[in-house]
Amino acid sequence: MDRRQETRPAQPGLAIEVAGLTKIFGRTTALRNISLQVPWGVAVALLGPNGAGKSTLLRAIAMLARPDEGTVRVAGVTRGHDAARARAALGYVGHQPLLYDDLTPEENLRFYARLHDVRDAGARIRQVLADVGMSHRATSRVRTLSNGMQKRIAIARALLHRPAVLLLDEPETGLDQEGLALLGRIVRGVADGGATVLFSTHDIERALALADRVALLRGGRLVLDASRAAADAASLRALLADEAEARR
Amino acid sequence: MSRYLRVVLAIYRKDAQLEARTRETFTAMAVFAIAVALIFNFAFQVNPRNVALVGPGIAWAAFTFTGVIGINRAFIFEKDRGTLEGLLLAPAGREAVYGGKLLGTLTLMLIVEALMVPVFLVFYDIALLSWWFVGTAVLATVGFAAVGTVFAAIAVHTRAREVLLPLLFLPIVMPVVVAAVSSTASALAGEGWSGVARWFSLMVAFDVVFLVVSSLAFEFVVEE
Repeated sequence: MDRRQETRPAQPGLAIEVAGLTKIFGRTTALRNISLQVPWGVAVALLGPNGAGKSTLLRAIAMLARPDEGTVRVAGVTRGHDAARARAALGYVGHQPLLYDDLTPEENLRFYARLHDVRDAGARIRQVLADVGMSHRATSRVRTLSNGMQKRIAIARALLHRPAVLLLDEPETGLDQEGLALLGRIVRGVADGGATVLFSTHDIERALALADRVALLRGGRLVLDASRAAADAASLRALLADEAEARR
Repeated sequence: MSRYLRVVLAIYRKDAQLEARTRETFTAMAVFAIAVALIFNFAFQVNPRNVALVGPGIAWAAFTFTGVIGINRAFIFEKDRGTLEGLLLAPAGREAVYGGKLLGTLTLMLIVEALMVPVFLVFYDIALLSWWFVGTAVLATVGFAAVGTVFAAIAVHTRAREVLLPLLFLPIVMPVVVAAVSSTASALAGEGWSGVARWFSLMVAFDVVFLVVSSLAFEFVVEE
């Protein structure tokens, strides 16, 4: 079976361009002068210890956080120029599933389909629910689903409008083994389909298994941006251990 | 359909679907409005001679406090469940999210106000229903909800949000509440257009200014 995810056709330029991005929360600088360029059709794993700035970077790219300095371009569009068009190209899975407890997965997805003007929404909803293995709970209220099931629906939500850029913030959280395998197929399917995936994770082995490139954040700085071939588990572990040592 | 309108209607429809299923906000608003009407019924000796004097104040006290409940709820459940971010990912300007939330709050407030018309008739023998009162209610509620929606989005990020919201926005909507009370009094006194005209003008001006300002300010309120 062809596992490639249906995505938008490849576009000219880069999928994600981050230049000189700095984000400050009060006295804490979460991101320091981050520059990152991600081409189309690749999966990039974002590694780093807790508090390194992975979620903040993903949120800034998703246009949920406003940069204090620097620029973010998604699918060739800068947030200040036409943020709505950039958001149309984005799919995002964060720590929260962004689902309404009192609606069913199908109703939640129908709402997001309306937001994104998804054509033939009924068929598309059935397809993404099948892709995440949740067709059998399509009409149960979300509050009755486990965390792992809600995470699957959240992934379906992010895929619903065939995003050109998929951002996943620790997507493996709450997923069982079958869910993890499914997540791997989706990440590779989206990237192989020509879209771009940027996902954060703490699992070095999973990062190396799924990603074409690996980026590592430490203390809000991008300290590594390398192809999978150039990165190995031992050196990544050593970089993360340095950070842990520095914290002590 | 434009991107703006599509997002506004999608959010409105979703909020209506949730409210129809849970009835949480509507029940709280309706019970509170009836309770206020009941309490004032015992507090004041309302009779045909003083009804035009105290009736509009009682009505708008009930509408104002129930409105605060409705406006507060508009963002609390979105924030608590993290779904506010889902709305902010919508492929439209932030003003579309504001528009959708405003429309939902406005509808709930107008439904409760409509339901209170027979309640006031029974408790106080106040016949509120007239075209002038309908106009007053719509104009005042639009202004009230326009300001309240943006302040609710500010207050929802704070710990004391239920307390903070009325403190923040009630002083700002006071002109529209005063205009609504005065306009309702004119309507009850049967003064017609000549009685309500200046209050209508004030409320229209308030609505236009705050719909524009709140819509533009919303983006800066909801983003980190």
